[in-house]
Amino acid sequence: MQQRRQLDEKQINRELLNGNLATPKWYYPVMGVLGVGVLIGFATILYMFNRGLGVTGLARPVYWGLFITTFVFWVGISHAGIMISAILRLTQAEWRRPVTRAAELLTVFSLLTALFFPLMHAGRPWRIAYWLIPYDWARGIWPNVRSPLFWDPIAIGTYLTGSTLFLFVALIPDLAILRDRTTGIKKTIYSMLALGWRGNPRQWQLQVVAGILLSALMLPIFVSVHSIVSWDFAVTPAVEGWHSTIFAPYFVIGAVHSGVSAVVTMMCLMRWLWKWNNYIRPEHFDALARLLIIVATAWLAFTFLELIFSLYGRDAPEIALRELQIFTWPWNLIFITFLLTGYVIPVGCWLFKSCRNNIAIMFWTSILVNVGMWLERFLIIVPGLARKQVFVYTWEGYWPSPVEWVILVWSFAWVSFLMLLFARFFPLVPLFEAKESQVFTTEMKVGRATVPMVIRE
Amino acid sequence: MVAEKQSKFKWGMAIDIDKCTGCQACVLACQAENNIPINTEDNFKDARGIEWIRVERYWEGEFPDVKAKFIPILCMHCDNAPCEPVCPVYASYHTVEGLNVQVYNRCVGTRYCANGCPYLVRFFNYWEPEWPESFQNQLNPDVTVRSRGIMEKCTMCIQRIRRGTRKAKRDNNEVMDGDISPACVQACPTDAMVFGNQKDPNSKINKMKNDKRSYTLLDHLKTNSNVWYLAKVDEDTDTHSKEGGH
Repeated sequence: MQQRRQLDEKQINRELLNGNLATPKWYYPVMGVLGVGVLIGFATILYMFNRGLGVTGLARPVYWGLFITTFVFWVGISHAGIMISAILRLTQAEWRRPVTRAAELLTVFSLLTALFFPLMHAGRPWRIAYWLIPYDWARGIWPNVRSPLFWDPIAIGTYLTGSTLFLFVALIPDLAILRDRTTGIKKTIYSMLALGWRGNPRQWQLQVVAGILLSALMLPIFVSVHSIVSWDFAVTPAVEGWHSTIFAPYFVIGAVHSGVSAVVTMMCLMRWLWKWNNYIRPEHFDALARLLIIVATAWLAFTFLELIFSLYGRDAPEIALRELQIFTWPWNLIFITFLLTGYVIPVGCWLFKSCRNNIAIMFWTSILVNVGMWLERFLIIVPGLARKQVFVYTWEGYWPSPVEWVILVWSFAWVSFLMLLFARFFPLVPLFEAKESQVFTTEMKVGRATVPMVIRE
Repeated sequence: MVAEKQSKFKWGMAIDIDKCTGCQACVLACQAENNIPINTEDNFKDARGIEWIRVERYWEGEFPDVKAKFIPILCMHCDNAPCEPVCPVYASYHTVEGLNVQVYNRCVGTRYCANGCPYLVRFFNYWEPEWPESFQNQLNPDVTVRSRGIMEKCTMCIQRIRRGTRKAKRDNNEVMDGDISPACVQACPTDAMVFGNQKDPNSKINKMKNDKRSYTLLDHLKTNSNVWYLAKVDEDTDTHSKEGGH
């Protein structure tokens, strides 16, 4: 049930622009800490470029490790945007409104971060820049279009372009509001970005049509991006744990699980940091948690199907792989942690309405989901390689080196840094969406009770 | 495909496991011929040793009735190589003579080919290779020294193949069976390894690959390997030859 306070437009403008027109007190300290993290991370990356990949824990046969895991993780997180803004927009879920921009922003920044990882895990990253993307017409050698590593940049590039456009189209009306409330150089920049927005009916119509068109165009990407990422693994017949036909839907549903959870985390932070309690309300958490229960359960079904499919073949190397993954120390600890954090604890909490409406519980459970989802990718990628085929002689373990851990932490600092930087200059909750939802909400008398109701677009 | 059919050569190798004593001469010869960096103990502890050919040792049975089995594993130069389609920059490439080769200059080091390879015979250069000063003149001038960040693998000593075919062309001869041999084959003291042209009907390798003991590794993956193994003759059990080995 939607419970809303009636807010007037002035109050909406004032409250939602409170982080843009003035700097919050916590802003500089937080940015300072994140900035140090980002700098340390970039220094580590440069150190790795300088010394070579020997500084990682990678060896033979585990040629892919933490970097690819984190790449898959961030691409997974990026599915938040498309789920919230495209699918929920097309299905007219009213509760999506306050989080559309945050989700879309998370998509853009997590994709930008994800792109770093395949680049820096390569042995000679400087070559990728001009040999893989763009086409190397000069040498007359095409990139190998059969390689999933070539599909990746195309899928992710399309997604990034689409999401950025989507973000921008939705930002234009709010940029105009900011333009009208700033002076000096800021006003000039906002004016340029606002593209002459006056808010007349024709402009609104164009903006809405553009939004719907972009949502519809991005729907195929919803299926394709993480499917293609999963094919990086699934097309490899040599690795027992990877060569599975259900990887594409399994990865997509897992991506939605982790992406929507990341949006929940962000919503909690937005409530705490900017005090937007009037806009991000418990009923939004309630709706998202209920969506997540379905998604998480579907994902768990895929997880078990994948296990069952692999054991059904009764192939000796496959069994050896699962034995390592599930029963051997320390992988058994990772496996149990992954099940508990990825499904059991969060979904167990979300089943209760009191938990769904408790912001702190939602915050911690959504973080747990992403811990679990990162571990899931780690459990898929590493044991499969460590137990490759029947050559017992070459079986090896893998544990990430400190350099890799620092770069993992860097990726989180980097995404947070970019988000906060954006939040300083642009409103994180779309103002026009907040106003629109006020317009669409009325109250209706049913018998003796007064019920809030929503008018559909 | 047409060029492959027109080519006079299709190289292959056969290894008689029954003759292999596990002496590692092939490993050493390969190391010297192909400018492979010295594998220190630390390299092996890190599982980063580079061995284009390795001799895997397996123990069979319980003590005291225990048997050591050796199997040299090198690149199978598969006709249907899983490492080739996955490389985004075509660094992993198939020649018309049936060799699977690595174009070092093209390689960007994604290591995807190494994940694709079921035989684990592709190696990544984690560090810039280094040799002691006294080894500087020992390096083979016909073989590229690989820099860090790229993959490398067995080439079936392509420098020797080129030398052999060029010499035959210059002297207006045909390449005869046994004219060309990779370093490992040349070094094998028991002649367990045989290299040759599969398109030559009288070549020794054709006889060996049609032997009833012959099999290829991981045949179920349908990689169409060009390295054949001849199963060990075991007088005690004698089941391996019937099963087709492995």
